[in-house]
Parts: sequence; structure tokens; C-alpha cells
Amino acid sequence: MTLVLEDISKDFEQRNIRSSALLSINLEVGEKEFTCILGPSGCGKTTLLRIIAGLEKATTGKVILGGSIVTGPTSRTAMIFQDYSLFPWRTVLDNIAFGLEMKGVNEEERHKVASHYLDLIGLCGFGKNFPYELSGGMRQRVAVARALAIDPAVLLMDEPFGALDAQTRNMLQKQLLEIWDKTQKTVLFVTHSVDEAVFMSDKIIVLTNRPGTVKEVVNIDLPRPRDRTSQDFAKVRRYVLGLIDEPQSI
Amino acid sequence: MQVTPELPRWWHRFLSKPVFLKIALPVIIIISWEVLSVLIGNEFILPSIVSVLLVLSNPFADILGSGSLVGNAFVSLGRVLIGFMVAAVLAIPIGIGMGRSGRVHDFFDSTIQVFRPIPPLAWVPLALAWFRIGLLSMVFIIAIGAFFPILLNTLDGVKSIKKTWVEAAHTLGAKERQVLVKVVIPGAAPTIWTGLRVGFGIAWMCVVAAEMMPGTNSGIGYLIITSYNWGQVQVIIAGIVIIGIIGLGIDILFKIVERKKFMWRELDR
Repeated sequence: MTLVLEDISKDFEQRNIRSSALLSINLEVGEKEFTCILGPSGCGKTTLLRIIAGLEKATTGKVILGGSIVTGPTSRTAMIFQDYSLFPWRTVLDNIAFGLEMKGVNEEERHKVASHYLDLIGLCGFGKNFPYELSGGMRQRVAVARALAIDPAVLLMDEPFGALDAQTRNMLQKQLLEIWDKTQKTVLFVTHSVDEAVFMSDKIIVLTNRPGTVKEVVNIDLPRPRDRTSQDFAKVRRYVLGLIDEPQSI
Repeated sequence: MQVTPELPRWWHRFLSKPVFLKIALPVIIIISWEVLSVLIGNEFILPSIVSVLLVLSNPFADILGSGSLVGNAFVSLGRVLIGFMVAAVLAIPIGIGMGRSGRVHDFFDSTIQVFRPIPPLAWVPLALAWFRIGLLSMVFIIAIGAFFPILLNTLDGVKSIKKTWVEAAHTLGAKERQVLVKVVIPGAAPTIWTGLRVGFGIAWMCVVAAEMMPGTNSGIGYLIITSYNWGQVQVIIAGIVIIGIIGLGIDILFKIVERKKFMWRELDR
């Protein structure tokens, strides 16, 4: 399913002062593509993702997914939040099965599907645990499985690894790429880390400072799996780094 | 030169334990009580511990033709349960509605702010005027007592639900009703439970006071006020002890459920 954004703008109004967060964004995300939205903090990249997820309305413009306009949350997209937002009163397995439960799938069937995704994220054996018994990295993997379980066409990820330490982060990046490879989903990934964007994506959409507009779309042709220490990687990284005004932070 | 007597080791160990601090004050109270009762020497003012224990050791014995301690305690407990349920059935849905919708909140808020500070017992004369003496007026007072803590905790619980829980549920395909049943209620449940616990405590206080209203003829509050009229102070104290034990016991039950069911609230940080 291709995702097309047509002239998306978003204004916020606070105490009668209007300010523009996003300004006329046009872009297209191809099927099965891994795309990163990269920009300095406060540039509206999270807002953009929320508009695509149907959680917020754009002031102007429209989001077209697979030919039809997005008006609210749909099961064709699934969002993964930075704070995991797992339901702490549910077991890991019941968290993953949540979307199926909402659809009315019976318990046996949804547990079967949930177990499959539990395997996929490498956490089989943790189904009966509660989220608070897991580390941050494990929780975020559960959140990925929960999103995948509803079989969405597009995965929307809002700085999903932002709260994790560097090692866990690198590990999860690799793991996400493996999952992406296996499941063939379209992924739209918001990050402020240039390194992460270059390592993961087919395409990086660089946004400007607020109000966010598309500054440049960078295609990353480096072969996968990518080597962070290679010269080519460094070259691309330097180029993308030059595009954003703020100093880089990991 | 050393004159400090050597105390045995177990005594030092005992003093250093928290258990010592926990039982210290009750022991002091009991000893002073006994000393005072001997000094006063008047059973109608302060009876000795033994005479109170005598009453407590026969909890099923009829007292002054008004029924037993246990029997009356159960009558009171039954009344509290009815009043408490009425309060919960009203307060929880209103609290959820107020937490979820600004308009529902605005509709109820001003009224609640006005009625909240009124002590439940201030309603006693009105309850008598409206419902006469009997179960209905007691249930009314108990329900008013329990209503506000349940309502305010429910409201607080619903409001403190993480925004991303609700959003995650929406993106995973939940409809409004499903969000309410599968996210809002379980997410607020620990705080609602706290409200029920506090509400039950207040309901329990209210029933005893309500049973002291003129014309009542059963319940632990009634037993206490009758004993006062007959000058049976040891029964009054025994009744107070029973009230304390039951209140404590129920609070412990609430806490056990809290620890078993809602552990995630403490751990999910």
C-alpha cells in the first residue's frame, strides 16, 4: 500500500495565537519501503506521524493510503510510541493479542497468532509475564509485536528507541530490520538521530525547523546489512548531517 | 567502676527490632488504662481491662436484651454494605463520565464542590424528616459518606490514564466502548479501588453514628448507646474495640486484593 501525503499543513492555536507546525508537506512512501522522517526536535515530525495515524487532523491537505483518504485511526496503520504504552495490567501475550480481541477474534485463535509474533520478536517464553517484568528493550519489542499482530500495511514508529541505551538501541535496530525483512511491511520511522536514519532507511525525509517542511529527500543506496564503520556510511552520514541545522545527538 | 547492669543479649535484639516500636504504644496505653482504672476505682467511668475482656470473650452472649456483639456487628455490616453499594453504583459511573468528558465534568462539578464539604452526619435530621427512622435513612447517610471518596478517586483514576494507552487502543482498532471497557476501566481500577477502600472506611464510621439516632433498635452503634444509658461502660468499650477490629479487618481485605490485582501500578514506572 502506498502512502501519499498531499499538501499537509498543521496549525496550532494557543491563547488565540496561531502558530504553524507543519507547512505544506508533500511526499510519497512506496510499498515495503523503510522511510525515516528526520528533523530537529520541535520540527513537527511526531505531529506528522500522528496525522498519518489518524490521531490528529491536518489543518489542510490529506493523507491517502492505498487510494483512500485517512480520516481516523484505521487498522491499516499501527503506531508504536516512544514510551511503549503497553497495557500494564495485561500479560505480554494479551498485550500482543489486544488488536485481535478488539476485532472479536476468539481467545484460542488470537493467542495462536500472538504466540507467532512473540516468537518473531524472540521473546517466546515471556507470554505470561507482565510488562513491568521486562526491560525497556523487551517492552518495545512487545509493542512492535502488538502492532504487527493486527497485520497493518504500514508501521508508524515514533522515536521508538529514543528511551533506550545505545547498545540496546543498536540491537533493536538490527532486529527491527530483520522483522521488516520477514514481514515486508512499509515502515515510517521518526527519529532525530542521523546515525539511526542512515543505518535503517531506504529513504530519509529531512524536515526543516519549525514550521516543518520537506527540506530534502535522500535516497540511501548503501547495501544491507550496513556497516556503520565503512567509509561509504560515513560519507552519507556526513551529508545528511549537513542538512540539519542542529548538532547531532544520538 | 562499671555499675551498668549487663542486659541479656535477646533484650538488645528485641529493642532494635521494628516490632518493638510497633507494640510499644499499645502496651503503654493498656498499662496506663489499667493503672487509671484502679486509681479512679469507678466502673461507671473507666472499667478495668478484665471486665471489658469478659464482655469480649462472650461475643455471642445477649447483652441487656439488645442482642450480642457479633449479632449487632453483622446488622451494622449489612447496612454498611447496602449504603456502600448504592454509593459505588452512583459514584463510579459519574466519576468515569466526568473523567472522560469535559461536558459531563462541568455539569456535575459545581454541585459536587458544594456538597462535598458537608459532613455526612449533618444530613441526619433531614434523613429523619424524609425517610423516618429505619434502614432507608441509615442507608442514605452511609451512601453520602461513601459517595465522595469513591467519586473523587474514580475521577482521578480516569484522568491519570496515560494518553498513549487510549491512542494505542484506537490505532489497534478499538471502538469508543471498547476503549472504555478494555483500557479506561482497567487502567483506572487501582485508583477506583483506593476510593472504594476509603469510602468503605467512611461508611463504616457513618453506620455507627447513624445507629445512635433515636428510635434505632439494632446494630453496634445502638448497642453502644444503650449500654451508655444503662451505665455499662465496659460494653461501650467492648463495642468500640469490635468496631475497630472490623474496620481494620476490612481495610486489610481491601489491601490484600490491591496487592494481588493491582501490583502493576507500583511496578510499572
